[in-house]
Amino acid sequence: MTRVLTLWKHGIKAGLLGGLITVLLSLMGMVEAFSQRQIVSGVLSMDGALLGAAVVFMGYLAAKRTTRAHPLWVLINSVTCGFITGGLLLLLIWVGQNVNLRAVFINASPTLYQLLSFGEGLETAPVLFVAGSLCGLFGGALYLLPGYLRKALTVSLVSVVGAGVLQDLIRPTLAAWEMLAEFAEWVFSSNGLTEQGAAALFILVAAVTLLWSLKGKAVQSGFKSLPATGQRAIQWTAIAILLLILFVLPQIVGLFLSEVLTIVGLYVLLGLGLNIVVGYAGLLDLGYVAFFAIGAYVTAILTSPELGFFSLSFWQALPFAILIGIVFGVMLGIPVLKMRGDYLAIATLGFGEIIRIMVLSDFLKPWLGGAQGIGKIPKASIAGFEFGMPQEIYYLILAGCFLVIFISLRLRDSRLGRAWKAMREDEDVAQAMGINLVATKLLAFGTGAAFSALSGAIFATKLTSVYPHSMNVMISINILCVIIVGGMGSIPGVIVGAAALVGLPELLREFAEYRLLVYGLALVVMMLVRPEGLWPEAVRRREFHEEEPSENNGATSTASASS
Amino acid sequence: MLKGWRERFSGTDLVMWLIGAGIVVSIIVGSVATLASGRYAGRHWFDFMIFGLAQGSVYALIAMGYTMVYGVLRMINFAHSEVFMSGPYTAYYVAAAFYRSGFLDSHPFLSLIVIFLVAMATSTLIAYLLERIAYRPLRNAPRLIPLITAIGASFFLQYMFRGLYGPGFQAYPVVKMLEGQWAFWGLRILKFQALVIVAAAVLMFALYAFIQRTRVGKAIRAVSEDKEAAYLMGIDVDKMISTTFIIGGMAAGAAGVLYAIMFKQVHFFMGFIPGIKAFTAAVLGGIGNIPGAMLGGIFLGLIESIGPSLFLDGLGIVAPYQLKDAIAFIMLVMVLIFRPTGIMGERLAVKKA
Repeated sequence: MTRVLTLWKHGIKAGLLGGLITVLLSLMGMVEAFSQRQIVSGVLSMDGALLGAAVVFMGYLAAKRTTRAHPLWVLINSVTCGFITGGLLLLLIWVGQNVNLRAVFINASPTLYQLLSFGEGLETAPVLFVAGSLCGLFGGALYLLPGYLRKALTVSLVSVVGAGVLQDLIRPTLAAWEMLAEFAEWVFSSNGLTEQGAAALFILVAAVTLLWSLKGKAVQSGFKSLPATGQRAIQWTAIAILLLILFVLPQIVGLFLSEVLTIVGLYVLLGLGLNIVVGYAGLLDLGYVAFFAIGAYVTAILTSPELGFFSLSFWQALPFAILIGIVFGVMLGIPVLKMRGDYLAIATLGFGEIIRIMVLSDFLKPWLGGAQGIGKIPKASIAGFEFGMPQEIYYLILAGCFLVIFISLRLRDSRLGRAWKAMREDEDVAQAMGINLVATKLLAFGTGAAFSALSGAIFATKLTSVYPHSMNVMISINILCVIIVGGMGSIPGVIVGAAALVGLPELLREFAEYRLLVYGLALVVMMLVRPEGLWPEAVRRREFHEEEPSENNGATSTASASS
Repeated sequence: MLKGWRERFSGTDLVMWLIGAGIVVSIIVGSVATLASGRYAGRHWFDFMIFGLAQGSVYALIAMGYTMVYGVLRMINFAHSEVFMSGPYTAYYVAAAFYRSGFLDSHPFLSLIVIFLVAMATSTLIAYLLERIAYRPLRNAPRLIPLITAIGASFFLQYMFRGLYGPGFQAYPVVKMLEGQWAFWGLRILKFQALVIVAAAVLMFALYAFIQRTRVGKAIRAVSEDKEAAYLMGIDVDKMISTTFIIGGMAAGAAGVLYAIMFKQVHFFMGFIPGIKAFTAAVLGGIGNIPGAMLGGIFLGLIESIGPSLFLDGLGIVAPYQLKDAIAFIMLVMVLIFRPTGIMGERLAVKKA
């Protein structure tokens, strides 16, 4: 009996946890908000996908915990997990129909119960159990499958969901070309994928993934065995194609997506700047938005006729914005030179807030505009061509990104870049090796501030106005999330991070409300599971994976902590 | 001789001392100008002081959580401000229900106690889960990683409560018993401010006695002194760390209700500013030092309440109250620069950080 219980323990635990997660998702309103978006038209909507994915994941976990047992036990555990999760959801519906939960949880609406019970009410009780158990079983089966099959299944499922979620992006883009319009009609209906489209996509992606896991090694080694010139030619062609795509992108995708691209671009600029401070030099700066604000406000003060001090053009103001950004970066860097780690983080957070409070105050209103901000900032223009529409500003930001990426790349392996990394690893050793800590730190702060000020200046001319409210600590946190999720110290990581954390929420309107929730969760999960980020620097990846074998047990071992 | 002096005193030191001296001079000039102008009478100052004391004791209670967690884990529990928020926000629904049924006015003591208990239970639960789920797996990780996790957890909790309870402000019901004031010698104390000060003082005393007098308190102190040695002495380190979070959560929950009584509203973002202030208080008193955190909190509350009228007004700054948060942050940065060990500091923050 006890043996059975110990075997069953993991399934029950995972089930309770899964139930907690799904109930929380429902009560937070995510289920209802996501129900509007169909993934496969009429079959699967995003709320179903969300809850299903949670249960499948918990089923997978339950199975993983019971590795050493008989496969049958693994499956029994994952089914138990799903069954319990379904039961807890049912409990929520039952409680919700008898008690007015809405007095406390504003999202506990009748619509939610309708959605959870597949539109029927309490009569569908067994269905929830069955659905939960099936999802759990699927998770368990996923665990038992050989690696390449599991990968093919998950990748293709994720891409079907991804295609469904991003339909607003894909469908108009496809429909813009006449020859693809018919294809787009076939794959997408007015909302979500069609059934045949989803099936086709699933099979296609699964086939490609399977093929890659069987033949990928051969292709890679084939590439490696090419002569060096050939390898470089292939790489350069890929880069050239990428550049071409980047260059024509706003012309294809339309106004709204260009706007999204400009926002992502601004975050890439900011992220690359913070990447130098945090990623290269290891100085956790939480007041980074201050330099963004300084760049934006300097541009505004120098160009806006509203204040009437100066009326320079954008291009005349830009060098001043960057220069003053650097000066502030160094000035705020000096006091924190001796601080490390969390103290530095809090002190910089303090600086960021001080600057925001100052800008917001009535005291400096005649110079900085107070809470109303500064308006009427002129657009940038070159030889009569004005960067007004998002499609045009895109090129301005793209140019800025290229410049900053180029500088970052050159700095990375330079003497200064190596000094930063040495400092990141161990300040005392770096100093002993003859690195001038003061100069190195200040250069990191200054460079980061310069990139941020550039981004701020472009932001000011993009919006043609600046407000203190758009310069709050959330932006600092967002940027930090971008580089951590992408991979600290990695340039492609920053771009991937910005696209994932800034671009995706812009595209998913329902998602906007839960953006910071997901950010927070992403940070925690990232730190627990994959601290090196999505696209890590090669060095860091190696660093983190060296410890991997011992880390598996380390999580449960206790008390050997030393500080 | 001269060379030795120059080596010890670098250019950056000079810049920092200049900044510090500038701030001290402007404080003195401002205070003298305000006092000379006689804009505020003695009773005004007394009002400011009582308000500052009430606010400061709330900061002090929150700061205990920061400082104790820093003591045992050497990390800033950035999510402590959300632990603080979760208690009063949950207890709001109890308070509102009591208010609607009239129970709040007929049994004010009993209902206040229930509200406190609910808030403390919620905050304690959140603090415990936070440690269990987010921090425990990271015990041996590099320093930056728990901090980033804490920031993430903070945002997750904020928006979780936003999702659960909604994005708006909720007005905390007013207890009739706490309306009005006591007057003596031409001075006055608002009743709710008196309650906040007394309750916070009682709680702080109880917590301090717990840490100093009981076996568990002794074990916690041992863990914060040296984890490995404590482990060898047979102390369950993980359990003590959990206990620390639980005590910090209880203090934060109680502080949250006091804060809600003072400012009469709750909101999912209400933890951020008091959280940072309380952290400032903890640093001010020397992080890791419990009496230091109490003193730091009260000092910060007083400065924040008196400061704007005392030295900003005298400098001719318009609307000085808008800058009261800036005073707290400037003080934080100044303390970190000039005396990172805090007023009562016993730990070498720079070396261990």
